[in-house]
Amino acid sequence: MLRSPMLKNGLRVKPHKLQNREEKMSKETPLWEVFIRPRNGLSHKHCGSLHAADEVMALQAARDTYTRRGEGLSIWVVPSKSIFASDPDQAAENFEPGVDKVYRHPTFYDIPEEVGHM
Amino acid sequence: MSVALFNALLELGDDHLILGHRVSEWCGHAPLLEEDLAMPNMALDNIGASRNIYTYAGEVEGKGRDEDQLAYLRLDREYKNCLLVERPNEDFAHTMLKQLYFSAFMEPYWQAALSSSDETIRGIAGKAVKEMAYHIRHAGEWVIRLGDGTEESAKRMKEAVEELTPYVEELFVMSADAQECADDGILPDREALRAQWNQTVANIFDQALLELPEVKYPQLGGRTGHHGEEMGFLLAELQYVQRAYPGMSW
Repeated sequence: MLRSPMLKNGLRVKPHKLQNREEKMSKETPLWEVFIRPRNGLSHKHCGSLHAADEVMALQAARDTYTRRGEGLSIWVVPSKSIFASDPDQAAENFEPGVDKVYRHPTFYDIPEEVGHM
Repeated sequence: MSVALFNALLELGDDHLILGHRVSEWCGHAPLLEEDLAMPNMALDNIGASRNIYTYAGEVEGKGRDEDQLAYLRLDREYKNCLLVERPNEDFAHTMLKQLYFSAFMEPYWQAALSSSDETIRGIAGKAVKEMAYHIRHAGEWVIRLGDGTEESAKRMKEAVEELTPYVEELFVMSADAQECADDGILPDREALRAQWNQTVANIFDQALLELPEVKYPQLGGRTGHHGEEMGFLLAELQYVQRAYPGMSW
């Protein structure tokens, strides 16, 4: 007999054992978001996430995981729990009103030739 | 001179190759994905250094032996690595402490080798010194967290210190060959690096709540080819491909 997944607050509840292991892991080695600046003059870009016990270990893990091929000159790590994300359900009200307002793009100016590439 | 330099280079090259191989044994077995990348990184740093050292040793010897022949086609008694680097990995405490002990010695060693009278040595040192500085930091942070961690991790860290510290002395021992190279300003004097090693390790042990035990009977013998039982198993794995398919290359 097929059983429907147990739902709790709209999320599928994981089997107990797995859930315990994940809880233990995120408590002892929480998740960090990694940002790398590839070159001077560019901004840090998000490039992934990792598990680490604290900020020092997170920086080292980021160095070993994301800069093995000369990708960067600087690393930031941020606890994932410190990041607040917009709600995908609000994407329409957040972003669609900007789509049809072409006058917000600076494309109605004639750029003098002397200015060159902008 | 060239015989002394060749032998002294083998001491250095063998230390890096054997430790690199030991660390590589963790590949695919580390407790975290992040560490599973960090360990082979460190292993490859060590093996990379050994390749440069062997290549130069082959040139110095002048008998046409290349890095592969020196790395894979010698018998166990011909390896001159110190006993510390061949010790088994056991657990994370042993592995990280071994890495710390070795890199805390090699960082000032390569630093001193930057002013060698030999251009190739200066080149090898320039690359290795940065890698060793990182190994000290990485292994050191683990030693601190395990030493000042849970009851279990602190116990394991103390056991590793008890077991591995007697092997440290051999890092400072000057063979006749190494002495000849030091007298000629080609390679650093190992004896002179004691204070720096002690300081690096003391700083970390202080935070790790560990104490460096007094060693009455240091474990020596690797430099003269007297290795432990584990070395044979290590070489069997390390040399297997070249022994089974002589002259094979990637």
